[in-house]
Amino acid sequence: MAQGTGVRDVAIAGIGATPYYKRGETAGKSITQLAGEAILAACADAGLSAAEIDGLAFYSLARAGYGDQMEAGEFVETLGIRELKFTAALTGGGGGSAGAIGLARAAIVAGDASVVVTVMALQQRTRLGTVVASKAATPVSSFVQPSGLAGPGHLMSLLTRRHMYQYGTTRDAFAEIAISTRQNALNRPKARYREPLTREQYFSARMIADPLCLYDFCLESEGAVAIVTTSLERARDLRQPPVPVVAAAHGGTREWGRGFSWFGMPDDETFASSGHKAVAGWLYQRAGVTPQDIDVALIYDHFTPMVLMQLEDYGFCEKGEGGPFVLSGAIRYTPERKPGSIPVNPHGGQLSEAYVIGATHIVEGVEQLRGTAVNQVADAQLALVTGGPAALPTSGLILGRDR
Amino acid sequence: MTSTPGSDAKIAAALPAEAVKISVDPSTEPFWRAARERRLVAPRCADCGTFRLPPTPFCWRCQSAAVDWTELSGRAIVYTYTVVDGYPGLPEITLVPAVVDLPDAPGARLVTNVVGVDPADVSIGTELTVDFHPISDGWLLPVFRVAAPLAKEQPA
Repeated sequence: MAQGTGVRDVAIAGIGATPYYKRGETAGKSITQLAGEAILAACADAGLSAAEIDGLAFYSLARAGYGDQMEAGEFVETLGIRELKFTAALTGGGGGSAGAIGLARAAIVAGDASVVVTVMALQQRTRLGTVVASKAATPVSSFVQPSGLAGPGHLMSLLTRRHMYQYGTTRDAFAEIAISTRQNALNRPKARYREPLTREQYFSARMIADPLCLYDFCLESEGAVAIVTTSLERARDLRQPPVPVVAAAHGGTREWGRGFSWFGMPDDETFASSGHKAVAGWLYQRAGVTPQDIDVALIYDHFTPMVLMQLEDYGFCEKGEGGPFVLSGAIRYTPERKPGSIPVNPHGGQLSEAYVIGATHIVEGVEQLRGTAVNQVADAQLALVTGGPAALPTSGLILGRDR
Repeated sequence: MTSTPGSDAKIAAALPAEAVKISVDPSTEPFWRAARERRLVAPRCADCGTFRLPPTPFCWRCQSAAVDWTELSGRAIVYTYTVVDGYPGLPEITLVPAVVDLPDAPGARLVTNVVGVDPADVSIGTELTVDFHPISDGWLLPVFRVAAPLAKEQPA
């Protein structure tokens, strides 16, 4: 089923990352230095020279986090890129992380560029956890900010409470996501957290925005990740086995719109969701596969309930069934995938490995399909990678194996 | 208040005036001008009658730019809410940020605060009435109190 479906005209040929740091640890480095280290590592992984890069496909408007900015011209000068033929970014924020690979594909399929780098570098000079409170109010944010919803987790706690109210979801499900994700990080050399998380720790943790506690929030980490995309043909001549893009999609519908940046979603089902339902449908259609064909899911985990709601929107369980699905053990990593289960974030995700705004999920998808992941899903043929539940665009990516 | 003497129940507040600074544009300014007169209003499309909040340049349903500013009763119903202890620079504050439905402006919602109540007394479906809270630069912010019988005080 999985072989030969989808678009498969471009492939990820290289991945690279800095170490993952805690908040403040990279203060001595510039964004360009951090991003450059990741880009050079990704080029070395692919067996390419940085001089051969001719395209940049960013997301989050090429911001580094939510304050700093990445500059294409600075990368060109610093890294010795000879000719830059494409430089563009998806709009929005972390919602576009997976979709940025689709943007790279657009450049390559159009013939505008041939070696396209996607990069995210993150320093927490502004704490992302309270980024809403730290910005000057715009005429639109003046309708949200005065309420004291200080950061993304505060915003998403309002969706979470609706999910609990509508479907009977309990905090046990969020605890299971936090605990199982932590379990996956224990043997990861680069993971920020490598001690098991217990139920007692979870349930005694400080509430930040009820019903979300400390362990429902992702990490405040720093670092950079880069991905090199090129044509499938060219990737076959490079150092690593190509990881073809089977499908990519980004965007969403009016009903979601700005999602939890405004809370205008007109119906209960959309309100208590991740906003990914439309993107999921487009993605499976373009890939010619169903959720049952996915072997491993790299789900953007900024907050545990949004993992649960994405599992619903991507069809791994029925809408509203995310709680029981998760509590059945269905997202736990096991080397052999069991029927009805889907290993989620075997890299420890943003909850336990590192938060680099979705980019670590793309790296893990590539490693799973190369067969080199630390927590490898045996014979994985298809990996789903999602961008963050966020104001539009949200995005998704399905990666595969070549031949 | 419903809390008993000696209990450590916190009472939900709104952010202090100096912590809230809004900005306005031609689409939103009538909302804030009305609030300064302690009136809650919402823009209603003058062509198709659809309410919308926040105020936007166009009606999403028919794309008209014509607006009737409609005065509302001030009634609201909690659609969802959270409880937050502390805010950057204000570690002691307790907030109940909420998304509320406005029964007389169907389809429009406000993101606001429920104030003057023990957070344990708020739930989805709680009925509210509007009040107005001072913020920076002389503006007033619409906030909500639990409607009778829980709330002893009426909007001033």
